[in-house]
Amino acid sequence: MAHRYFPHTQADIDAMLERCGVTSPEQLYDDVPQELRLKNGYALPSALTEKEVRDYFNSLGAKNTPLTCFAGGGFYHRYTPSVIPAILSRSEFLTSYTPYQPEISQGTLQYIFEYQSMMTELTGLDVSNASMYDGATATAEAMMMSVAATRKRDTVLVSSTLNPKVLDVVKTYARYHRINLEMIESEGGVTSLGDMKGKLAASKVAGVILPQPNYFGIIEDLTGFAEAIHEAGALMIMNCIPADLAVLRTPGEWGADIAAGDAQSLGMPLAYGGPYLGFLCCTKALIRKMPGRIVGATEDINGNRTFVLTLQAREQHIRRDKATSNICSNQGLMALHTAVYLSLLGPKGLREVCTASADGAHYLADRLQATGKMQLKYPDKPFLNEFLMVCRFNVEDLLRVCIENEILAGIKVSDNEILIAVTEMQSRKDIDRLIDIVSTTNFPQL
Amino acid sequence: MSKTYYSNTHEYAVVDGDIALIGISDFAQKALGNVVYVDMPEVGDEVEAGEDFGAVESVKAASDLISPVTGEVIEINEKLEDNPRLVNEDCMANWIIKVKISDPSQLDALMDEEAYKTFCENESAH
Amino acid sequence: MNKEYYGKLIYELSRPGRKGADIPSNGCGESISSIPASLLRAEEPELPQVDEPTVVRHYTNMSNNNFGVDTGFYPLGSCTMKYNPKINEEMAAHPAFASLHPAAPASTVQGALEAYWTLQEALAEIGGMAAFTLNPFAGAHGELTGLMVIRAYHDSRGDDKRTKVIVPDSAHGTNPASAAVAGLKVVEVKSLPDGTVDVDALAALLDDTVAAVMMTNPNTAGLFESNVAKIADMVHAAGGLMYYDGANLNPMLGIARPGDMGFDVMHINLHKTFSTPHGGGGPGSGPVGVRAGLEQFLPNPKVVKLDDGTFDIVSGDEALGSISATLGNFGVQLRALSYILSLGKEGLAEAGKLATLNANYIKESLRDLYKLPIDRVCKHEFVFDGLADKSTGVTTLNVAKRLLDYGFHAPTIYFPLLFHESLMIEPTETESKETLDSFIDAMRAIAKEAAENPEMVKNAPHTTPVRRPDDTAAALNPVVKWNDLKAQAK
Repeated sequence: MAHRYFPHTQADIDAMLERCGVTSPEQLYDDVPQELRLKNGYALPSALTEKEVRDYFNSLGAKNTPLTCFAGGGFYHRYTPSVIPAILSRSEFLTSYTPYQPEISQGTLQYIFEYQSMMTELTGLDVSNASMYDGATATAEAMMMSVAATRKRDTVLVSSTLNPKVLDVVKTYARYHRINLEMIESEGGVTSLGDMKGKLAASKVAGVILPQPNYFGIIEDLTGFAEAIHEAGALMIMNCIPADLAVLRTPGEWGADIAAGDAQSLGMPLAYGGPYLGFLCCTKALIRKMPGRIVGATEDINGNRTFVLTLQAREQHIRRDKATSNICSNQGLMALHTAVYLSLLGPKGLREVCTASADGAHYLADRLQATGKMQLKYPDKPFLNEFLMVCRFNVEDLLRVCIENEILAGIKVSDNEILIAVTEMQSRKDIDRLIDIVSTTNFPQL
Repeated sequence: MSKTYYSNTHEYAVVDGDIALIGISDFAQKALGNVVYVDMPEVGDEVEAGEDFGAVESVKAASDLISPVTGEVIEINEKLEDNPRLVNEDCMANWIIKVKISDPSQLDALMDEEAYKTFCENESAH
Repeated sequence: MNKEYYGKLIYELSRPGRKGADIPSNGCGESISSIPASLLRAEEPELPQVDEPTVVRHYTNMSNNNFGVDTGFYPLGSCTMKYNPKINEEMAAHPAFASLHPAAPASTVQGALEAYWTLQEALAEIGGMAAFTLNPFAGAHGELTGLMVIRAYHDSRGDDKRTKVIVPDSAHGTNPASAAVAGLKVVEVKSLPDGTVDVDALAALLDDTVAAVMMTNPNTAGLFESNVAKIADMVHAAGGLMYYDGANLNPMLGIARPGDMGFDVMHINLHKTFSTPHGGGGPGSGPVGVRAGLEQFLPNPKVVKLDDGTFDIVSGDEALGSISATLGNFGVQLRALSYILSLGKEGLAEAGKLATLNANYIKESLRDLYKLPIDRVCKHEFVFDGLADKSTGVTTLNVAKRLLDYGFHAPTIYFPLLFHESLMIEPTETESKETLDSFIDAMRAIAKEAAENPEMVKNAPHTTPVRRPDDTAAALNPVVKWNDLKAQAK
């Protein structure tokens, strides 16, 4: 059977079989016992033509409902400049392997170096790796890193204001890696410093995970946290939304040792959950404990600046069961996505993304409160582009009516609480439509 | 007067009384190539004969450090933190940890200079 | 390309005041001043300030310093660097999927859920498994997830002394690392001289502390483990589970299924067998499948098809937990679905056989000049133990670097750890006989050069954009960002 992906003619196959000393390709499988063989082929459809594949995906696509997106929860609808898909579709980037051969991988290695440079700038930390899978696993890796770096300590504290989706993954890793996870209570929507201090005193803590902004969109004042954590001999881990670091005080400025999170907010399409990118940055002191690939600059034999994968002896393919992590790949192409995005936007552009989003969010929050039907759960706490509202009606009702109007109003947190996010993608008109729905719909009161 | 012992994983122990200086042999440093990092325990840690207490890394390899003796780490060679290449330059002068031995009878299981030399010749022939 | 002019970092092209993008403004007024200054950063981040044409030229030129499947042949063992079809890319970027939020209600993302469900069912059929999750982000992540499934299974039976995972000494490095992350201890079982698992040695290790045995079949030497059913029986009798590392699934397409071989849990690397691009290191995707009776342990969230034909997202109490905040690398999943539909059941079966034919063809064409330590029919890949003539001093690393001069990617080298000079070749099915012949010619020419001019081979590569980087300096004094480079220049 000839398929467009296979170059072999019958003459080719015959000549190759002859070289192998067999008469059919099946003979090359003589060592597979008959009783293990697949007898009647797969119960799958036969090949589709390219047009049929396209038609199929079009039909699937038609079953989705496009919505104006006010949902966040760590993932935000952002504008992706057209330069990015153009660069990412370059075959030389897209179809290349991991850059283990630096002589023919300078393109990949250089963009990772640029990515690392940009992430260290955003986080205010010394070192970035070449990226992890997503923000949740990057945070879990940061937790394991703190345990590996502090030796003989196996308790990690987590703020209860952390995004629950991230927390779920952290919990899974902790359970299987035998890390004792303890939650720090929240007070008025932010992490309780007093509760954290108590828990630091009660056991030998390896690391403390704190979100910024937290799940409710609140920018936490972490004054005093780093001092208390370091005094207890633990490491401070911050889970951040990197786009917000264009304006927010950085993990480095707060005194964090490790920053981790999801870089989706840096212009990546929502794409129903991925691919995104987990970032992981740390202080120089922790570089040897950092999982994943790291690119370094050096010179080649002719004195040319050259980029290479460095500190590889930390990694799983060499350290095997002694490695800090089992991570093997990174989100390569999404690191390129990030580097191109940040190159295009620059410091001013990224700031504008943050401020436009925050301006829209504050405008929306004010006007939703003015309807008298919703109010901010934590009105005295500062936020950027996301906020938690308490409703006098059932959130499900709001979500349903909004979907009928092609709007995703936010993420339901409880029966009467909804988390709402605004980005540069929602126009004033979009925002006003949401306000209008809330003010004109007669929701049954809770 | 000190005496030098070797393990079959190529660590040496230079023993004087109940104090042992532990490092990697010349054979090991040559096999590993340029050392770029030495991962060391902390003073006060307990090491156990036959168990790893750290690692030496070259660019594309890492080798666990297996302690030839059981005891407490009383000093680490801090010079190796900034200049790991010292292990290549003179591995005997640049020991990695100093251990207070708790069970001197373990030394009987190790090789002396002569036996280790023969051991290495056999390894190379392999 | 003029390296002097174009070989700069994006930071070196930055000039204050330039910008490469404009941001939509919503005219909603100003809010940032409501945030206390103590919560804001002191200085703006040092990001490049560059115009759009400069960004495009910079990254386009950088891409020219890269090798990819679209530019040349990768004989890269265990990596399955097959052609990445273009239709997959277009389908993955389909506008009807691109702006779906992962928290959108199931009723609004029925097409996306149907795509996920269809792929998970297709993989279950191909793997001979009862159920699949597509959530794991990569092969290593799949391994970790699979091992968590195994622990969840043993835990559910109150059997908590099973902490050992047995892996062959030929295993991928991720196997022991994944086991360690999953809180399990790795025990290696040695291979026989023919590269397959030593069944007697394995039997001696099996007891009531064994959680699982991890195998890849064909193994990393490209050999089919004919004893696999017997091994599975032994492991099951001892109360352990069989884990299939799907890194080498490609040659078995259409021939035999891991489930039918006796495996209980498996992962698949979509970026290997199912043609999704490697992207210079990711994103990948590592779906995990389980046999009947283990479905409940797969991670949350799960996609199900309801009786009315619609799709929903559910979570189960017995699940091992969540290993991702979303349903995984969805864009990668769409590519794999597009590939499976494009090949169909007949095309998939053909792919496996052609991959095996290509590998055997190269092996038989070079065995006189390269040392073939295991003389058997291989599957998708095989291993040479360096050049046959050991007198020249030319190593596997030298051969690999010299291949770069001939326009080929290097093979996988010094892996598996079974031989000193391992050189592992996997051509995949999408390479033509002409390409294979050119590669064979190059390998033969290198063997000749090694005999006639070994120094030249040892100093390879000679024609690449950079040559023989100083890895030692890079590791001794890590320079890992633009600011480090600036500090170094001072």
